Parts: sequence; structure tokens; C-alpha cells
Amino acid sequence: MRPFDYLEPETLDEALALLADDPDDTLVMAGGTAIVILMKQDLIRPARVIGLRRIAPLRAIGATDEGLRLGALATHGALARSPEVRGHAAALASTFAAVATVRIREQATLGGNLAHADPAQDPPVTLLALDGVAVARSKTRARRIPLDALFVDLFETSLEPDELLVAVELPRLPVGARATYKKFLPATLDDYATVSVAAVVATDATGACTHARIALGGAGPVPLRARAAERSLLRRRLDDAAIREAAALAAAATDPIDDLRGSAEYKRAMAGVWTARALREVA
Amino acid sequence: MTKELLQLRVNGESHTVAAEPHHTLLEVLREELQLTGTKHGCELGECGACTVLVDGVPVLSCLTLPAQLDDRAEVTTVEGLARAGEGAPGSDATMLHPLQTAFAEEGAAQCGYCTPGMLMAAKALLDTNPRPSRDEIAHAISGNLCRCTGYTAIYEAIEKAAQAR
Repeated sequence: MRPFDYLEPETLDEALALLADDPDDTLVMAGGTAIVILMKQDLIRPARVIGLRRIAPLRAIGATDEGLRLGALATHGALARSPEVRGHAAALASTFAAVATVRIREQATLGGNLAHADPAQDPPVTLLALDGVAVARSKTRARRIPLDALFVDLFETSLEPDELLVAVELPRLPVGARATYKKFLPATLDDYATVSVAAVVATDATGACTHARIALGGAGPVPLRARAAERSLLRRRLDDAAIREAAALAAAATDPIDDLRGSAEYKRAMAGVWTARALREVA
Repeated sequence: MTKELLQLRVNGESHTVAAEPHHTLLEVLREELQLTGTKHGCELGECGACTVLVDGVPVLSCLTLPAQLDDRAEVTTVEGLARAGEGAPGSDATMLHPLQTAFAEEGAAQCGYCTPGMLMAAKALLDTNPRPSRDEIAHAISGNLCRCTGYTAIYEAIEKAAQAR
């Protein structure tokens, strides 16, 4: 690793002021599991690193009037164990529990995960399907970024260099909504998904679909929403024909790459298979 | 880049260590404190060889900067498992941790390179779950890679240590 100056602000305002001083040569570190690897491989060369660990309020997880707010410094382990997270959607707690190994989960944070923007990661997929909104702050601004506008490209977000992701907010789910996260892991438990799918649906008393969200991981340069598939389900009963059609549309929405986890063609086919499995579970 | 003074508590002892801020906890443990039981493996957080405990929680020392640790954090390395002078009554012998005894008896170490990480991951498990199932053991050491044993002996050693406690 190349040398850098390490700074450790005590408060969010202090961190934002430090970031505003020299945004282009400064990196923010939460758990460090992603950026320490990138620095070791010399892929990033920050002059300064700002460690966030002292800013305890950013660890908070709690219900709000509108739903649930997850602090950016909450670790994957804390989120997996949180009764509030489980109460909002058990699938979200199990998504965090499915990430990598216990060691990574106790160190890596929500904010670090989202800012890293790795399209094969688990949490962005379920958070997208739950209509998550990132809350970003800079020294002079605050803004809310729907997660599908946060992910721009491979390892690239719409955060400005002087902005810090401070929380993710999740709106309350429609009454009776059901959610699931499916991670296709053909190799080992601690691997990245070959593809992954989150599905959230709600139906009315007649069984007609009133709310549908389908999100996919490992299926393109960013975690993505399968909007055509979602639309195809609305006002329909979630029967086999509807699920097959939505699964085909979800597969068609993917843009995977060939890598050691499979060819693009294979991943596209698996995106369809696992979308159908996810929808059958929540139908 | 100048070295900075760090306060570290390792295996129950306080240390003031001069280290460069970009050196990892793994490097500081091995090179500044000469605690070479903790191993360099993949350096990418994938193999678990560098696992140490911070306040009882297993972390990857290859991806941790010492500056990230709380000032009062208690780091435990494999050197902190055995207890000096706690062997047979009246002797100065070292008493091995039940996990170390079980690993030796079950042949759970072959080349031994993964063993410190395995021991620390297993200690973290048993400290929070004294009677884990085979499945819980598999989850706890998932990502601790061993290329020799095929893991069965490691599972059996952890089960034996659980029974011995």
C-alpha cells in the first residue's frame, strides 16, 4: 500500500469539512474491506483517507414515521441481527446475513457497500426492491438519491466527490407485502452470487397484484430493476403464466458479462430461473 | 511518511507501537510486535489466514488498519490462546486452549498455515455458541481456506473442543 495521511474526525460536520477541503484526493473509509484491497492493488491512490469510525450516530438503525432508516456505518452483521430490520422485511436481514463471511460482515458497512457500487453485491439488490433512498450530505448540501439513480456504472455512483452517504431510508411497505432474496451460489457459501434476485409483491383480496418490485444482482454493470417484468405483473393474479412471463422479461433486462461464475448467456438464463423461483415464493 | 504512535492492547498487554498509518494490523502484529502466529494469506480478505479477534469478534487483520480500532479494543491473536503457567499444578508449563489440544489430537492441522485463522474463527464461535451444530461450524469457518485437510478433521476438532469445555 502507498502511504497516505489518515484523518479521523469526531463528528459528521468535521468529516464533511475535511472532505470539502480536498474532495478529489480524499477517500472516505468506513469498514475498509473494499478500499484497503483497492489500495493494496494500487487501483486507487488517495493522498488522504478519512476514517469515519468515531462518528457513532451514523451507526444507528431505527424506525421513522415513514419507515426505516439505516445508518451508513451500520455493519452487515448489525443489520442482519437488527430486530428493526427483520421487522421491516425478514428478507433484508437475511440478505445482509448472506454476504461473504462472518469476518467481512462484522467489518463491512452499509454505506461502504453502496458507495463501492459492486454490481455483484447482495444488499443493493434487496434495498432496490424495497425502494431504498440514499441520503447524501456535503458541507453545503443534503439530498436524497433513489438507489436506482445512485448506481451509475461498474464501481461508479452519482455521489459527488464532496458528498458522503450517511443513511439509507426505506419507505413502509404496502400492507401484506411479501419480500424475498434469492442468491444463486453454485460454488461456495462465501462467494459472490452468480446472479441474485430480490422480489417484493403485494396482492389485493382478489389475488391481483397491486405492487411488484424485481431487482437483480450480478446481472449487469449495476444492480438493476426489472421494470418491464414488474409492470407485467400488475393487476394480474400471480399464476404460473404471469410468473413465466415476468421471468422472461427480467432475463431480457439483464446485461451480464462472461466471467469465472459463468458466461453471459448462462447468467441471463439463470436470472430468469431465479426470478421465477423468487416470485413463486412470494406469490 | 513518518511513523505514528499507536496504543494497542494485544493478548491482555498494552503496547505503544510506532507504525506507519498505511500498515495493516497484520503487518503491525507481525513486524512491530513479532507476533508471527497470524499469517499472511491472500491479502484480499478471502482466505481467513489472518483472522484475529477484536473484542471477541473475528476480523481480517489484512484489511484492518490499526487506526480503525477503538483505543480500548482488545486484540487476541493465536499467541493469546494458550495460558502460560497454567499447566499442571506446581509446574510452569503452558496450558493449551481446548481448541489447540483438539486440533492436535484430531490431526486438524497438516501444513498448519491456515490453523491460526481456523483457531481464532473457532474460538469466536465457541465463545458465543458453546454447542454449535456441524452446520453452524461450517458457517463460522466458511472462508477460512484449508488446502490440506478437507475440513472434516477441523469440524471434528471444533466439536471435540466444544465437548471439552
